[in-house]
Amino acid sequence: MLAKRVIPCLDVRDGQVVKGVKFRNHEVIGDIIPLARHYAESGADELVFYDITASSDGRTVDKSWVERVAKEINIPFTVAGGIRSVAQAQELLSKGADKLSINSPALLDPSLIDTLVAEFGQQCIVIGIDSFFNEETGTYEVHQFTGDEEKSRKSAWQTKDWLQEVIKRGAGEIVLNCMNQDGVRKGYDIEQLAALRDYCSVPIIASGGAGEIQHFVDVFNDAKVDGALAASVFHKNVFSIADVKSAMHNNGIVVRPIEP
Amino acid sequence: MRVVIVDTECANLTSVRFAIERLGYSCTVTDDADAIRAAGRVILPGVGTAAAAMRNLQRKQLVDLLKSLEQPVLGICLGMQLMTSHSEEGDVECLGLIPSLTKRLEVGELPLPHMGWNTSVPTNNNPLLKSAEQYCYFVHSYAVAVDEYTIAEAEYGQRFASMIRHNNYFGAQFHPERSGKVGESILREFLEAKLC
Repeated sequence: MLAKRVIPCLDVRDGQVVKGVKFRNHEVIGDIIPLARHYAESGADELVFYDITASSDGRTVDKSWVERVAKEINIPFTVAGGIRSVAQAQELLSKGADKLSINSPALLDPSLIDTLVAEFGQQCIVIGIDSFFNEETGTYEVHQFTGDEEKSRKSAWQTKDWLQEVIKRGAGEIVLNCMNQDGVRKGYDIEQLAALRDYCSVPIIASGGAGEIQHFVDVFNDAKVDGALAASVFHKNVFSIADVKSAMHNNGIVVRPIEP
Repeated sequence: MRVVIVDTECANLTSVRFAIERLGYSCTVTDDADAIRAAGRVILPGVGTAAAAMRNLQRKQLVDLLKSLEQPVLGICLGMQLMTSHSEEGDVECLGLIPSLTKRLEVGELPLPHMGWNTSVPTNNNPLLKSAEQYCYFVHSYAVAVDEYTIAEAEYGQRFASMIRHNNYFGAQFHPERSGKVGESILREFLEAKLC
């Protein structure tokens, strides 16, 4: 049986792992390589590295650490951050990244998705979507440049429409960052994820809101996602990946056992 | 022993190389026919599409060379599919090193690509994956049909071959280079066991 994935997310800024609340007020968590090694050894199914400033600064992710991560760990990892050309994508993949996650640059030029899929294959092109529930209008809005509070703003897209657009263009996987929940540890946005699951024919990864072990059980059982991303609960040792997988297993969710 | 990774110009060459190096072996990524022929072990990696990868191999004039190898050869993911006779992906004739067929996964309502950790169950004559079912990391939308060359099976909407073998040619649909300790063990067996 295909296992549900537990995915620590490492926000990278200036070569270090940081964590913000609602995408803001970042604090330093630690160095990239020891954290990557720690998570790979303690049962993570995959890792995601976001260079959270790259898109909004108009520069690409500092790539020197990508190769060091690839050398170090024996599980897959995704790199995100300002990738807007075939050449940039080629460089990251050639350094050993397994997947690339595209967010703001795809909103600026959706044909980038088609180009990257044609060049590197669907399996390595992930689309990250920052989705914000607007209480006034009652709609889910796609936001861009969320790594920088000065530049963060909403796009013209509603989340459901953008999701279908990126899948039509060949996206191999979706990471849905539910912004209202990000960093506040109140649980994943199950309502939104469950609603969008029906529109998503590729794997979908929940992101934003994990605070308790039960939140993982709930998002897999109630929103039928393929994976769940979390950052601060793991960075701050609120609980371990082993704790999460044990609870998932006890609730009938298929997990990959942690290797001895 | 010399380990050569065939330079298919595909994206995952580096992670395969690092995985071999983590096991303490040096290896070369090359499309040089003499180097490939002289290697103790040959790895054929690949991600992307079957048609593009076959075009690359033909352009590099590696097709006949790959068919003539006598040392153990391991195809990974698309590299395994290239070893079969034919792929439905682009309706392309492949290398025919293992007389199996690559078809689109029929998974009904399940998401595609098949992405993530799934169990691989070896047959009793699998020299690379010796323990019972093990979790391996998969990313693919096409798969090799189960037949007499299957040496491990997996299931996602349907049964498919997660590993195949014919003589000195081996294939793994999953990515051993990204499959944790299970993957490391498979690669170590491939490098160290007497396989043919």
